[in-house]
Amino acid sequence: MDYFAKRIIPCLDVKDGRVVKGVNFVGLKDAGDPIEAAIRYNEEGADELTFLDITASYEERKPIVDIVKEVAKEVFIPLTVGGGIHSLKNIYDLLNVGCDKVSINSAAVKRPEFINEASKRFGSSTIVVAIDVKKIAPNKWNVFIKGGREDTGLDAIKWAKEVVDRGAGEILLTSMDTDGTKNGFDIEITEIISSLVPVPVIASGGAGEVEHFKEAFLHKADAALAASIFHFREIDIMDLKKYLKNEGISVRL
Amino acid sequence: MIGIVYYNMGNLASVKNAFNKLNVKAEVVTDADKLKNYDKLFLPGVGAFGDAMEHLREYNLDEAIKEYIKSGKYVFGVCLGMQLLFEKSYEFGEHKGLGIIEGEVVRFDKAKIGEHKIPQMGWNKVFNKKSKIFEGLDNPYLYFVHSYHTVCDEKYVIGKTIYGYEFVSAVNKDNVFGLQPHPEKSHNEGLKILENFVKL
Repeated sequence: MDYFAKRIIPCLDVKDGRVVKGVNFVGLKDAGDPIEAAIRYNEEGADELTFLDITASYEERKPIVDIVKEVAKEVFIPLTVGGGIHSLKNIYDLLNVGCDKVSINSAAVKRPEFINEASKRFGSSTIVVAIDVKKIAPNKWNVFIKGGREDTGLDAIKWAKEVVDRGAGEILLTSMDTDGTKNGFDIEITEIISSLVPVPVIASGGAGEVEHFKEAFLHKADAALAASIFHFREIDIMDLKKYLKNEGISVRL
Repeated sequence: MIGIVYYNMGNLASVKNAFNKLNVKAEVVTDADKLKNYDKLFLPGVGAFGDAMEHLREYNLDEAIKEYIKSGKYVFGVCLGMQLLFEKSYEFGEHKGLGIIEGEVVRFDKAKIGEHKIPQMGWNKVFNKKSKIFEGLDNPYLYFVHSYHTVCDEKYVIGKTIYGYEFVSAVNKDNVFGLQPHPEKSHNEGLKILENFVKL
């Protein structure tokens, strides 16, 4: 019997130092405070936390470093930060305050060598490459950037292979087709990419019910990420993990 | 005061935070001459084996750590810090370790891990034997990030984990302890292990 656990990762979308998408935790003094929200998720059994910085301008990114610094003093599970990371300095600043991994998205598309540089400097297991995909034809997914607005023309499967060859230690795979629908993850592309690459793949986009997580894990996702269903407490992390365990999926309880 | 041994550019914020959370004084130590001033030593888990050993040798920290261990004070190595305690590692070539525990560090055997990936990145159970470091814990889930694991005589093993096959995830030899997962990233169970180390 193997106890290696599939991971459940709540994502906190942070804008100008505040959690957006309206966190709806009962009992929090300040629903928009990312530190309180992180502590709460930690207590509820999250296996990891991801912060997505959606601040519009690069100049205003200091809050995310301060947030991670505060969270890392209270929360002792892995922390990942994504959004706007485009230099080794950005990565260093985050790791230096207790962040464990960073997620690179458009900077990797614009200059793929950045993945090599970052993984060489900080180690592969620190570098997650986020890939946003959209199905453009049967069995054909392209990589999109700018929140799904811009088609890079890159083939998602080829790109996934390339980022791993360049040193990515993990892939955060978000489907632009399923994101926000609550109809389930895109298990097709998740399974294709996870079968192809030797590193863990996090499924993202579309979680609406506990069954969706089970589906993703049965289709080779190593971890599953979601934001709003956890924010709005539509799904309780502990209930989700109990459900998965009953369904025969290995989770940390 | 706990000394956290520095061996390269690695980030030690999480380890410091964890000791702070336990209200234990801990600081990063870079100077071989100062090791003896600390009550206990912590060897953190950052970087690659070869680079870390090179740094330890360059700053005479390797000999200082061995002397420290001979003095009978407690030493705790986690992740890479555990692996450094062994005789040699095959990470990016062959490298000599501190040689405190007889054994070596090998890559996960791809042929035997089944569908699992390398590195093992995530939570897994440590099936622990009775040990002061595991006081109050019963086969805890802990957070791992590694591609290599140790191989040694059963007499040193205090914890094992299954990742396709069974491997050594915790060791103890006299006043020296080693743990493959990261206690500083393993929630309450990890903090409990650090607390147990502090109480030794």
